[in-house]
Amino acid sequence: MHKIPRTLAVAGLAALASLGTAEAAKTTITIGMQLEPPNLDPTGGAAAAIDEVVYANIFEGLTRFSADGSIRPALAESWDISGDGTVYTFRLRDGVTFHDGTTCDAEDVKFSLDRARAEDSTNAQKALFAGIADVSVIDPLTVQVTLQNPDGAFTTKMAWGDAVIVAPETIGQAATHPVGTGPFRFTNWVKGDRVEIDRNPDYWGEPVALESATFKFISDPTAAFSAMMAGDIDAFPGYPAQETLAQFEADPRFVVIIGSTEGETILSTNNKADLLSDVRVRKAIAHAIDRQAIIDGAMFGFGTPIGTHFAPHNPDYLDLTGLSAHDPDLSRQLLAEAGHGDGLTLRLMLPPPSYARRGGEIVAAQLREVGIETEISNLEWAQWLEQVFRNKDYDLTIVSHTEPSDINIYARPEYYFQYDNPEFQSLMADYAITADPGMRTALAHQLQTIIAEDYVNGYLFQLARTGVADAGINGLWKNAPTQANDLTGVHWSD
Amino acid sequence: MIRFLVTRLLSLCVSLIAASVVIFCVIEVIPGDPAAFMLGLNANPDTVAALREDLGLTGDALSRYFSWTTGMLTGDFGTSYTYRVPVSELVSDRLLVSLPLAVYALILSTALALPVGMIAAMRRGTLTDVGIMGTTQLGIAVPNFWFAMLLVLLFAVSLRLFSAGGFPGWDAGFLAGLKALTLPAVSLAFPQASILARITRSALLETLNQDYIRTARAKGLTERQTIVGHALRNALIPVMTIIGLQFAFLLAGAVIIENVFFLPGLGRLIFQGITQRDLVVVESVVMLLVFAVVMVNFLVDVAYAAIDPRLRIRT
Amino acid sequence: MKPTPSLITGAILTVFFLSLAGVSYLWTPFPVEQLDIGRKLQPPGSLFWLGTDHFGRDTASMLMVGARTSIGVAILAVGIGIGIGVPLGLAAAANHGSLFDEVIMRGNDLVFAFPALVIAILITAVFGPSAVNAILAIGIFNIPVFARISRGGALSLWTLDYVLAARVAGKRSFRISVEHILPNIANLLLVQGTIQFSLGILAEAGLSYVGLGAQPPTPSWGRMLADAQTMIYMAPRLAVFPGLAIVLMVLGLNLLGDGLRDHLDPRIRRLRQ
Repeated sequence: MHKIPRTLAVAGLAALASLGTAEAAKTTITIGMQLEPPNLDPTGGAAAAIDEVVYANIFEGLTRFSADGSIRPALAESWDISGDGTVYTFRLRDGVTFHDGTTCDAEDVKFSLDRARAEDSTNAQKALFAGIADVSVIDPLTVQVTLQNPDGAFTTKMAWGDAVIVAPETIGQAATHPVGTGPFRFTNWVKGDRVEIDRNPDYWGEPVALESATFKFISDPTAAFSAMMAGDIDAFPGYPAQETLAQFEADPRFVVIIGSTEGETILSTNNKADLLSDVRVRKAIAHAIDRQAIIDGAMFGFGTPIGTHFAPHNPDYLDLTGLSAHDPDLSRQLLAEAGHGDGLTLRLMLPPPSYARRGGEIVAAQLREVGIETEISNLEWAQWLEQVFRNKDYDLTIVSHTEPSDINIYARPEYYFQYDNPEFQSLMADYAITADPGMRTALAHQLQTIIAEDYVNGYLFQLARTGVADAGINGLWKNAPTQANDLTGVHWSD
Repeated sequence: MIRFLVTRLLSLCVSLIAASVVIFCVIEVIPGDPAAFMLGLNANPDTVAALREDLGLTGDALSRYFSWTTGMLTGDFGTSYTYRVPVSELVSDRLLVSLPLAVYALILSTALALPVGMIAAMRRGTLTDVGIMGTTQLGIAVPNFWFAMLLVLLFAVSLRLFSAGGFPGWDAGFLAGLKALTLPAVSLAFPQASILARITRSALLETLNQDYIRTARAKGLTERQTIVGHALRNALIPVMTIIGLQFAFLLAGAVIIENVFFLPGLGRLIFQGITQRDLVVVESVVMLLVFAVVMVNFLVDVAYAAIDPRLRIRT
Repeated sequence: MKPTPSLITGAILTVFFLSLAGVSYLWTPFPVEQLDIGRKLQPPGSLFWLGTDHFGRDTASMLMVGARTSIGVAILAVGIGIGIGVPLGLAAAANHGSLFDEVIMRGNDLVFAFPALVIAILITAVFGPSAVNAILAIGIFNIPVFARISRGGALSLWTLDYVLAARVAGKRSFRISVEHILPNIANLLLVQGTIQFSLGILAEAGLSYVGLGAQPPTPSWGRMLADAQTMIYMAPRLAVFPGLAIVLMVLGLNLLGDGLRDHLDPRIRRLRQ
């Protein structure tokens, strides 16, 4: 699901800091981030920026995502799954301590999971924990989690930033002073400017190469460019100004890192809106869109066209872009059939990211070609959440849905695009409990085809992850299986 | 004088109360729920409700208004929803950037504007005067954010003399901090200096027409002696008033410049507060700024009245 | 009195931009709503005089229509200022020293005490960003300016003999304000209007630069600057042309305002004190 970016951050640590350590054996790094985290407690907020600072660096869960998206053991050394798939027995690593020196044991795991699923929990991803029936401590290094139903994705869920293990003594201050078990310790947060972390000498695992790291917050794309060029920032993994990447590519001081994300960027459509409940109108919109023009114009060529709500790098992806090929004549014909030969007007609500703002202008121009006028409103996230997401008071909007494998949102008729198809819903229910890989692929293909043929939304492109880094840095993540700046493997070449 | 002070104080209080009501009402009608914003798209409604409870967002508007205003009177500005730290702490951190930036820009603009304005006044009608006045016309017409972009392009990206923005903090050393604030201060100061130079010039010309200046001239003082010794002192009153106003503007009005240079200043704190619906920060900081301006105006009025009794009766 | 060079320069610049805006209603070199990604970022040439932007739109056409947006917003904001501020100022002067006068003057001070940009941001947070809300935000801050200046101008007129005579003759103060005072402060308002107009152009540019002004696809100078910003290294002209347009327009209006002041009535300056 889309994580809500925090707007407007700022930053500091000028040239002087980086100049002093510019030569040889560098063990510090300054990472640029577009958005400042509102707080540093990954269990108490949805902002992606929280995980981008703390995930894998400060906090760890039972399991974790690795750079290629696979699930690896983290605080849990190993686990057994009972025959019926409902009981997970996690064996914890020995000798793990929190940054305050206290031991991390089974009680902390039980506390963390119970806290996240409690009645009064403020965990933004509470659904991850909804399947848990019971958590019990077997001994200080063994925890048993009982699920209501078998869930093949449970260890993936436990890898999320929202499922990290925290200590009851310190969780109260996690928002401003996070204490975890990770290879880095929190040292300082200059609000509006930067967060600093340094190496945890008592880390249980392999010590990290970096002695310290600084996350600097620069929201303005031009400022981000200037800061990279001026050498204020060593790496900007989520670099916001794609239009300038060509210049970094041409400059031997930098490397450009292009990866994929889990973000399906779609022209979300209110399927219950008067004009849009007619599938012919939605189909007309789909055929009016020229995806490549949007990718070229809004993302400067970075992005993969998609024809349904599924990530192209997923083995089960089905290329359905042919169902909605760019065909303005067909669009006009469909509109005429639907009784809108004289044209119609729709409201297009755009949240702040540039894929939406720029993409929206292009979509509006393409729709105008076939006789659909749009009234554009640029909204902040808070307004977008209230008006579009909660009150469903919109016709069209552009959002990138960045949660992995989230085609299940089409089975929720109350979800903001209000798609209600019982056939899809029952297939989705089957999919959730199917374990056989062949069957899963077949079902996944069916699900993708149904929403593409129903033209639920306009499917635009898979969001690319564009990053820029100093050419001397190794070990940064290329893709974004989850939102994180994992620094555990990062080091400078001499 | 006492009567004057009492009425002015009363109207000051009325103004502040009116301002607090206006700010509170605007904040109340802003759509968007901070709790929903913080928890994102996947949150359950009951999770949002739990967080609203945590943040103290429940309760009726009237009681929240009173707890806000009485809190402010005792120096408690509330706790930021998003950062979870006291607003007063956030504000004092930001003031460490905004206040020096405003002062720096003001010093630059005054140091530039006063001599330039004086020269223009002394050489009124000459080519120098025309040149100076033309430049200041240009200075007023240039949007400061555009000027800032050009400065970054030239000094940070091409010449690499300055970093493109950011603020290392004062613990990195006074000079490092000053350096980081230089480009922002220059981009703020240039338009301000243009205005100030024009006002200095016209205020000087105004006083030069007055009797005592003619007397001074008749005594045989040179133009320079006349201006520096007599006219400048009197022309300073309007100039000081403008400087005061500019300072208030610089404190909060630097939002766009703070954005261009990614500085953690007060203006951006408000801007960020609005987009994140951290409304307790927004209302308290806006109130503080209004308070500062109202107080400055009040002090200026009182100072004037102390100097010139005629002003105690408002015209 | 012979027009000064600054009056002439200002008038020429102002008329130039007004006619650009006017012509744009009838004709632009290219339609501004039409995007053509294939021809993006073209350098200036005989086809696209000032080149094209990142969406392949013609910069010259965008500037022309952008002039319309800027001028429209600024004029309407001045209209709000005059429409509300002048009656308030005249009424305050007519009831000089009364509670009403005091409330108006304190209200004025209060509006000035609010940080303008922050209030504009708050307004758009409540009503959403649009040209109309930009007009409102700028207009609100024009009200006290015109209220103050018309009150000041009117106060000095109230002491003149013929106004006193009208009063003695039993004319209501409303009629006196409309028949005798208003015509006599018209020059003052014209000059101040020009200045507020130029400030409005700058304010509109700033608001659209931060995304709070006219919404796409309506072109506006401030948004053109914001769009161009990240491309300033590849295509500096995209940031230079709208910036120059703003500077020249504002410069023209300021010169015009100053020139008008000197030309129309040398006494105005004294009246403004």
